[in-house]
Amino acid sequence: MTPLISPWLPAEAGGGVPVLPVEAAGTFWWLWLIIALPALGATLLLLGGRLTNPWGHLLGTAMSAGSFGVALVMFVALLGRSEEERQVRQQLWTWLDVGDYTVDMSLLFDPLSAVFVLLITGVGTLIHIYSIGYMAHDERRGRFFAYLNLFVVAMLVLVLADDYLAVFLGWEGVGLASYLLIGFWAHKQSAAVAAKKAFVVNRVGDVGMSLAVMTMVATFSTSSFVGVSAGMPEASSGTSTALGLLLLLAACGKSAQVPLQSWLLDAMEGPTPVSALIHAATMVTAGVYLIVRSNYVYAETPVAQVAVMAVGLVTLLFGAVIGCAKDDIKKALAGSTMSQIGYMTLAAGIGPAGYAFAIFHLLTHGFFKANMFLGAGSVMHAMDDDVDMRHYGALSRAMPITFLTFAAGYLAIIGFPGFAGFWSKDKIIEAAFAEGWVFGVGALLGAGVTAFYMTRVMLMTFISKKRWRSGVHPHESPSVMTVPLVVLGALSAVGGVLLLGGWITGWLEPVTGPEGEHELFVSPFILTSLVTLVVLAGVVVAWLVFGRGELAGTAPQRVSWVTRAARNDLYGDAFNEAVFMRPGQHLVRGLVYLDDTIIDGVVNGVAALVGGSSGQVRRAQTGFVRSYALTMLGGALVAVLATLAVTLA
Amino acid sequence: MSFPLLTILGGVPLLGALLLVALPRSRAAAAPMVALVCSLVTLGLGVVVAWQFDADAGGFQLSEEADWIPALGAHYALGVDGIGLTLVLLTVVLTPVVILASWRDGDLGRWSANSFFAWVLALEGLAIGVFAATDVFLFYVLFEATLIPIYFLIGGFGGPQRSYAAVKFLLYSLLGGLLMLAAVVGLYVVSADAGAPSYLLTDLMDVPMEETTGRLLFAGFFVAFAIKAPMFPVHTWLPDAAASATPGTSVLLVSILDKIGTFGMIRFCLGLFPEASQWASPVVIALAVFSVLYGALVAIGQTDMRRLVAYTSVSHFGFIVLGIFVFTSQGGSGSTLYMFNHGLSTAALFLVTGMLIQRRGSAQIADFGGVQKVAPVLAGVFLVAGLSSLSLPGLSPFVSEFLVLAGTFRTSVLAAVVATLGIVLAALYILLMYQRTMNGPLQASAAAIPDLGLRERLALAPLLALILALGFFPQPLLDVINPAVGATLSHVGVAQPEPDVDVSAPDEEPQP
Repeated sequence: MTPLISPWLPAEAGGGVPVLPVEAAGTFWWLWLIIALPALGATLLLLGGRLTNPWGHLLGTAMSAGSFGVALVMFVALLGRSEEERQVRQQLWTWLDVGDYTVDMSLLFDPLSAVFVLLITGVGTLIHIYSIGYMAHDERRGRFFAYLNLFVVAMLVLVLADDYLAVFLGWEGVGLASYLLIGFWAHKQSAAVAAKKAFVVNRVGDVGMSLAVMTMVATFSTSSFVGVSAGMPEASSGTSTALGLLLLLAACGKSAQVPLQSWLLDAMEGPTPVSALIHAATMVTAGVYLIVRSNYVYAETPVAQVAVMAVGLVTLLFGAVIGCAKDDIKKALAGSTMSQIGYMTLAAGIGPAGYAFAIFHLLTHGFFKANMFLGAGSVMHAMDDDVDMRHYGALSRAMPITFLTFAAGYLAIIGFPGFAGFWSKDKIIEAAFAEGWVFGVGALLGAGVTAFYMTRVMLMTFISKKRWRSGVHPHESPSVMTVPLVVLGALSAVGGVLLLGGWITGWLEPVTGPEGEHELFVSPFILTSLVTLVVLAGVVVAWLVFGRGELAGTAPQRVSWVTRAARNDLYGDAFNEAVFMRPGQHLVRGLVYLDDTIIDGVVNGVAALVGGSSGQVRRAQTGFVRSYALTMLGGALVAVLATLAVTLA
Repeated sequence: MSFPLLTILGGVPLLGALLLVALPRSRAAAAPMVALVCSLVTLGLGVVVAWQFDADAGGFQLSEEADWIPALGAHYALGVDGIGLTLVLLTVVLTPVVILASWRDGDLGRWSANSFFAWVLALEGLAIGVFAATDVFLFYVLFEATLIPIYFLIGGFGGPQRSYAAVKFLLYSLLGGLLMLAAVVGLYVVSADAGAPSYLLTDLMDVPMEETTGRLLFAGFFVAFAIKAPMFPVHTWLPDAAASATPGTSVLLVSILDKIGTFGMIRFCLGLFPEASQWASPVVIALAVFSVLYGALVAIGQTDMRRLVAYTSVSHFGFIVLGIFVFTSQGGSGSTLYMFNHGLSTAALFLVTGMLIQRRGSAQIADFGGVQKVAPVLAGVFLVAGLSSLSLPGLSPFVSEFLVLAGTFRTSVLAAVVATLGIVLAALYILLMYQRTMNGPLQASAAAIPDLGLRERLALAPLLALILALGFFPQPLLDVINPAVGATLSHVGVAQPEPDVDVSAPDEEPQP
């Protein structure tokens, strides 16, 4: 069955020009290679085991770099095409075909997936290179690169698939890679538990994804992007809202949005390059990708759109508050990641006016947050793997490259004028104000808090007086680690160029529709100034608190209830434990007891009756023959009765 | 009658069993090799059968038929449709794997290794017969006959509780068999009333049947199959059997024999009693969904790995039964594929936990910890097997589980939503077990655990390869299954659900 080729967008949402996927030919015939290269790397490294240790890191990096090279060629080729032809589809094989439902394994290379592919393979390759140095002394370095390649494969499948079920393949694939990498040092109990928690919480989100695909199958008999986008305008409003909310649930799991945020902070148990690649730059943004990709769903359901915005708003504040109280540098950055993805989710919920900015912020965040995580890794490397910022201080002298690149990331995330984050975050706050005061003020407030907690991280780590433990001698990291930092630092500074001449919005328009006009109560310039003032206030407050006096070497215990709550992740874990875990454990214990005593007990009782006594049942030699004879007799009786019943009936 | 390929397929392992019985005790060391060769020959024949099978033609193929007991209308009739072929293939694939993995398991039993492998081969032959029988009487006889080898395999070669477990299994099965016998007798009466008695499936499918009669007979078959499958609340024999049997026996029992239950539901419940199947479907669906969650929750609470795996199967069989009784093509094909995939995945899980248990001499999860440090290959296989059990996309069980759920969603949103919660529980029961045994600090008692040997790797590799291959390329198997499921559903006579919004291209070219 060929699905009716349709424009991605319903006409009333501003679509209009039918944009049809073109079969991949010429340069695009090599599209599959983008996935195949890292897949080959992962396969060789996993099957080779310890044999690959001497050269595994080089193979893994080469495969990722090769994939980036191919992606770059494809991207340029796509740039050279006219706007209507920028949807290239490559059919690989039919995954399954049952009744009226068919799922193809095929790749869709369009403006949206193209920028993701570049981000994944580009930042991914930098992190591969960095890991050569970071994991140099790990006896299982080959395995680490196998998992990294596996992650890249799954993430590419996620963004290149053109059917929701195939997206789900990548979706759970990145979940597996995340599980393996969080638990890479699984001999630590905390790492093992964190890995499992991440997978299980993500599975809750995956229930949403599964049910969304089922809804599509029931409604459209297909789950392909083309089919679903064509059918959405005719779907009932109930179906549209259900789809929108189910996809949001899926996004919450993968992108660590409230209420499924609890796994991300624990995920920092993984090696730091993993935190940079998976838990900052790429995987955790998959939820934003899903929502933007499903723009034709949200076009039909204002209810789900508001829900998306609400989730984004709550999470951006939630994460920012947590980020303020953490002394563990990685957890502070993780809270920040949650918060920044909240911004993206908020933007995605706004609709066509926000989609492009969600993706724009996703890209710049990919640069500056990967940069800062790798910087944190560099610091940890220097501090004997200590993550407590209360043991840092004055590292700007000891590690100048790390300091300068981290500073570029810092200026980008707080939105210092000119740096990448300034352009992207500013646009989101602007669009949020156009949606409503609540969203605008929330996003503005978040910017201030972001400036506060990031300044705190900067001061505690690089500026304040040194509080090093004895025996620690910080030193700059080797160049294999600092070169990626420099590249990412530069991107953090100049990433805003993507907005020049409205390039990013124009580029994504075939997928997300035209940006549309929004009305602002003030001119954009005044709003930008306001945002900058709020950011400045955050910086100043942080400097007043952390920049002047001596900092304690251990976390003070006499703190306000707000700080206590933030240190405890705003009681997210406590809530889960009280509401799900403990009742669940009681339920399981109760059911096991029920199964062992009552259900099995009834059976044993019956068996005992048949066998004469339970003692004989347990002694097979005697019980068996008798019971068999009895059973035979019973069987004959039942047979006679059944015959009678049937004859009489 | 054409060349009796199916008879030969079932006959080779039975002959092999006889050969092993004749093999002198002094040559017991050769028994596993003889059995392996024999099962590989059967596998080869199975490939020939699959080769001969024309997926597009549909219907029963490679049919054989001969009168057996004319007075009863019983025939020796064999034939496979896509569903039967799938399960025959599962049987011939798993048996060599089990033999290779159980190489030494015959040495420690009550009887000689000869008899262990003889029973394994006998079971293979009988199982092939069960899946290929197209005569209800023949099916019944073979169905009951499979109990004998498995009884001796559990009772003769299992753990300390083996006698209790074997008898419990036998009593349960006999109770089910008894009900089925009554229904089989009832079928004779119905068929005789309609003219000449015949147990041929093709004849019985067209016999007119009173509503009440059909429902009574349906119940007789269904309960027998539900015990076999096993479904809540008649599942408690399985954990005991799995905890007492050798890993290989558990595989034969859960991966192959239990499939007779769900296979029988499609072939006989839906095939012979379409009206009664529809009548009973709400109750069956409710029980199936309950089984999914119940099995998973109880699995989470287990402390013994073998019992845990057994309970996961209760959950998985819930999915299979669910897919059968929602009467949609996705549900039916998904369930049939699920039978095959569950066979592979559970086999891998039983075998790898068995290897772990044998190394440490304990099946208690708490007795392990940090094993991945000393046995990374074993840990890796354990993880892949576990991930297949929790239906990770990319591994074969995902395709079947999703099809079952999607097929269910189209007729009962509620059942699908509740059953989908099972995927969270599945992640819990697998990853908790994996974390407690493989991860964390290395326990002193587990420090001496050696990694997998060559024979063990050879036994597990085909399973993992198939799990992965069918995860990405399930269509060859689905092409075989789809026509058979389609035929069954049109016989049941339920209209397939239509999509709310039609996005398919119209037949004629759209106007430019």
